[in-house]
Formats: sequence, C-alpha cells, structure tokens
Amino acid sequence: MPLILDVEKTYREAKSDPAFKQEFDHLLKEFVGRPNPLYYAKRMTEHLGGAKVYFKREELNHTGAHKINNCVGQILLARRMGKTRIIAETGAGQHGVATATVCALFGMPCVVYMGAKDIERQKPNVFRMKLLGAEVVPVTSGSESLKDSMNEAMRDWVSNVKDTFYIIGTAAGPHPYPELVRDFQCVIGDEAREQILEKEGRLPDSLVACVGGGSNAIGLFHPFLDDNVDMVAVEAAGLGVDTDKHAASLTGGSPGVLHGNRTYLLMDDDGQINEAHSISAGLDYPGIGPEHSYLHEIGRVKYVPIDDKEALEAFQLCSKLEGIIPALESAHAIAYVMKMAPDLPKDHIIVMGLSGRGDKDIFTVAEALGEEI
Amino acid sequence: MALSRIEKRFDKLKSENRAGLVTFTTAGDPDLETSLEILKGLPGAGADIIELGMLFSDPMADGPAIQEASIRALKGKMTLSKTLDMVKSFRKVDQDTPIILMGYYNPIYIYGVNHFLEDALSAGIDGLIIVDLPPEEDSELAIPAKKAGMGMIHLSTPTTDNKRLEKILENASGFLYYVTIAGITGTAKPDLTPVKAALDKFRKVSDIPMAVGFGIKTPDDAARFASFADAVVVGSAIVDIIKQNLTEENVANSELTGRVLSFVKELSKGVNRADREN
Repeated sequence: MPLILDVEKTYREAKSDPAFKQEFDHLLKEFVGRPNPLYYAKRMTEHLGGAKVYFKREELNHTGAHKINNCVGQILLARRMGKTRIIAETGAGQHGVATATVCALFGMPCVVYMGAKDIERQKPNVFRMKLLGAEVVPVTSGSESLKDSMNEAMRDWVSNVKDTFYIIGTAAGPHPYPELVRDFQCVIGDEAREQILEKEGRLPDSLVACVGGGSNAIGLFHPFLDDNVDMVAVEAAGLGVDTDKHAASLTGGSPGVLHGNRTYLLMDDDGQINEAHSISAGLDYPGIGPEHSYLHEIGRVKYVPIDDKEALEAFQLCSKLEGIIPALESAHAIAYVMKMAPDLPKDHIIVMGLSGRGDKDIFTVAEALGEEI
Repeated sequence: MALSRIEKRFDKLKSENRAGLVTFTTAGDPDLETSLEILKGLPGAGADIIELGMLFSDPMADGPAIQEASIRALKGKMTLSKTLDMVKSFRKVDQDTPIILMGYYNPIYIYGVNHFLEDALSAGIDGLIIVDLPPEEDSELAIPAKKAGMGMIHLSTPTTDNKRLEKILENASGFLYYVTIAGITGTAKPDLTPVKAALDKFRKVSDIPMAVGFGIKTPDDAARFASFADAVVVGSAIVDIIKQNLTEENVANSELTGRVLSFVKELSKGVNRADREN
C-alpha cells in the first residue's frame, strides 16, 4: 500500500508539472508518431449505406496499438519515482510489446507476465518482446490468461517494491491506475475532437469503441463526456452472452471486488471469478475498468455485446473494404458500426476507435476460418 | 464486555510465557472431509490459534503452495457457506481455540457483509484477515466487523512505517499480523534481525499482540521467531505436506491427516522450546 500511495503522490506532482507534460507530448509526437489521422472510411461508409464513418487510427501508432500512449506516460512516472525495473501483464501482447518498447527506449530491464494460453495464441508478439530485450514469463496459474497475469505481476510487485514499477495496461486495478491510464489515453479523444471539428465543423453524433478493461474506450470517450455525443462501448460476447464463454462483464456480470477495484465482474454465486472467453486475447478479462461500470450505471454510455463470429466477419470486411487489417479487439467495434450505421441518416457522424492493427491476429483468424498458413 | 477467545488465548500464552503457534490450512483442501479431520486434530497437535483459508480463484498475495490449495478446494466445490459449516462442526468439539478466516474480500462481498458477519459469528469464528482490503477501506468490512464483535486482524509489512501503523491499528483488533518479508506467502526466507527490530519499534506504539508469518517453514524457524514474537504463523509448509500426500488423482492418501498433525506437533515443540526474552 505505501508503494501505491507513492504512485499517487508522484502522479499528482507530475500532473501539475509542465516539464512532465512537455516530455510526454514530445515522446508521443517523435517516438509514437502522433497525431495519427482521423480517417474517413469512405468505402465502409458507402457499403453500409447510412451514417458517415470515421476511424481514429490508433493502429498507426508505433507498436501498432493505443497501448503505447499509456506506457510512455507510466515509464516517465517510474523514472520520476527513481524505479529501475519495470513489470507488466499482457493479454494479446500489445501492452507487453508497448511496455518492452518504452523500456528499451529508456534502457530499463522489463519483465512481462503473460498467460501460457495467450503465449500460444500470440507468438509474434512474444517474439517481439524478446527482441526488445524483455523477459516474457509464462503464467500457468488459474485460467492462464490476462487476469492471472495480473495476479502474477502483483505478486512480483509486492516482492520487489524497492526498485520496481508496475505498468498496468488497462484502466483498471487499484487506485490511482484507472485514473492515470485514462488520463494518458485521453490523447485519443482530444485529438479526435480537434480533427472532427476541422473536418466536419462539428462534433460527432456517436463514438464507438471496444472494451476489455476499457483503456482505449475511456481515452476516446472521456473528452466528450460533457457533450451531446452518444457513446457505445462494445464488449466481447465470445460464443454468446447466454453461454458461459464470453467476456462481457457489464452485459453478463455483476458488481464485485478484484485487483483493488470494485467493478462489474464475471463470477459465480460464491464470488469466485470465472474465466472469460473471447477470440480476442486483449478482451479476455472477466472485469472492466471501474469508470466504465459507473458510466454504465448512470446510463451515459451504452454497452453492447459482439460475439466472436461477428468480430471475425468485421475483421475480414474491414481488411477488404478499407485495406486495413484491424486487431480482433477493434473488429468488435467495427462489427457494431456495421450493425448501427445502415439504419442511420447519411449526415450522422460516427467516430470509431480503431485501437490496434491485426497482424498479430492472422494466425488466430486463419485457424478460425479453417485455413492453413 | 467478556473477553474474546483471541484475547483469552493471548492471556493464557502470556501467563505460560510462550509464543503461540498459528497454523494455516485452506478449508476444503484437499477435500471437505479430510480438511475437517485436520481442523479437529489441530488443537491436540499444538495449534494455539487456527487460521483457515477461504478459497479464492485469484489469490494475489499467495505463493504457489497456497494457490494450489485454493484450486484443489475450488475443484472440490468448496464454498464460503461450507467453510462456515466446517467451523460450526469444529465448535462441537472445541470451544476454546480461536479460529481466524483468511482470504480475499470478493466472496464476503457477494455473501453480503452483514449477513456474513452474523453467520460467521454464530458459526464460532473469532477473526478475519482479508488481505486485499487495506485500512483505507475499513468502512467496507473492518468497521462493521468491529461493531458486530468480530476480530479484525490487519497486516503490516516491512514497508510499514509508524505513521502507517497508526492507521492500520485504528480499526484492528485481536492481534497484528506482521508479514516478515516484502512478498507473497511461502517464498522468501525472512531474516530474524529486521523482523525483531520492526516488532520492537511497533511495541513502542501499541500493546496489541504481534504475530509473525510468511516464509516460516520449519520447527527451527518457528523456534527462532517465537523467541520474541507473540505468535508464529506457519502456512505453506503445512500445505506442502498435504500436497505431498495426495495420489495422482489429487485424492488424500490414508497417511495425510496423521502426517500433517505430526508436523504441527514438531512446529509446536519448536515454538515451545524457544528461548524467550523477558
């Protein structure tokens, strides 16, 4: 606990220090490659025949997803606290790669905990992390996926409090992580806001993003919360929310306490956490960031399920129509855009968070489609 | 107010000028029946206080031994209600040995805090150690527990300073559980000197009994820590004996209970032969 109070204290100081913001902005521009485009998906829009669809292109960031925004912010905090060793958990491997990348940038040793099951289905990312100099530790406890990696990272952290900083990848976990991850990811929504005003002269009607823990969604949504903009967050329904194989915490879960936050969780009657399931490793988490639970309860954001099959279809359609292979996580958001756009008028503007690119997923998709590569 | 079972036990230990032995096993490990048999045998084997683990699917503060115990209990369909029933059944044969439940908050939160406190007290449970509720969250459970008359054992660690200790002790009762290492259960081996120094420091600000645990594995370790602590907790080493006495199908062999209890006897001898300072 004293450690996490230190994280909070350091974060408060950093937030009001112009030099911190300056360094963060500089790295986002020069290293991450921001701002990334707000792209009008013309062929997708024509194909769907309704609302006008824009993609916020987080997949064009260095390392191929939105995860790097947060990692840049957190490693600057780690340095500020004088920590010399970094640990992280990862599901799909995107956050692991992003963490390994910033560690290489700052010359800090990095240990990434990753479920044995996820290591198997995300081999390219595992190798990327190794190339970047990180040690990838397979987690064989529990369901061998994201929540278990988070347990293992916490065990490491309490054992190495003196020199270690834990870079959490999503807007969940103990306070102040949900808040600081959100703040670092708000660059997505801040940019999108400026870009849509420039292109359309007005704010969008709807925002759509996928949610697992929910960092890309909260980053896109947060800067628009006080505006008259509808927001839809797409949860992974796996084989269906009426089965026991899904990851839709808000659609199919209930409030509980895990990893230091009270939020919606998938669990049984005895409070034991269930294994989540999704074709997308990055959404395969039985909880969701606490701010999403709040936005759900006050009805500000609508949370909808998209299953594996729908995500796979969207994955292929986006690849063919737009020349963009999306991450399976982002394909959930695309699938919902495909559902909603046709019924909306042509002047309805949707901004969708294209949170990551899909190179890492081609093996999973090929297998699901019964093709050998 | 009448003295609680925990207070009476520490009074007794004090009058005998010895430290207490606190044993940890997970309720339902490896199965309900064996686990109850072990529980009933513990006081006779020398356990002064019994810590009983409530299984949780995500035991973040535990090392491999106790994680596996939790998984075995989970596979055997153990639940929090069955854990309470186990204690009820234990109380028919033992009225004096304090029982502390140790675990994580979510199962209690789902059971319902007030409902849980009521059922746990009537089952004969004396205290709780909930590792994922820091003192910042005392209003969740520690304060209602205190009101209901349930002991609330708080943890402190090598990263706890005196200021933090005050906060920890605000709503703590029963005893303070000093975690000897910065880390998880049953892994690193603690050094004696810093632990003793920490307890000496804490005793200047509080007279609550102080138990030490995490990484204490042998009768000799127990003896060394029992020379200055009020109680010594052994968990993973006992759970390891359970694991060593399982068949390939994870079923208890006929020796399991006997071996666990004879190990507890050895630990108890260790604690009792400690060279106490006064």
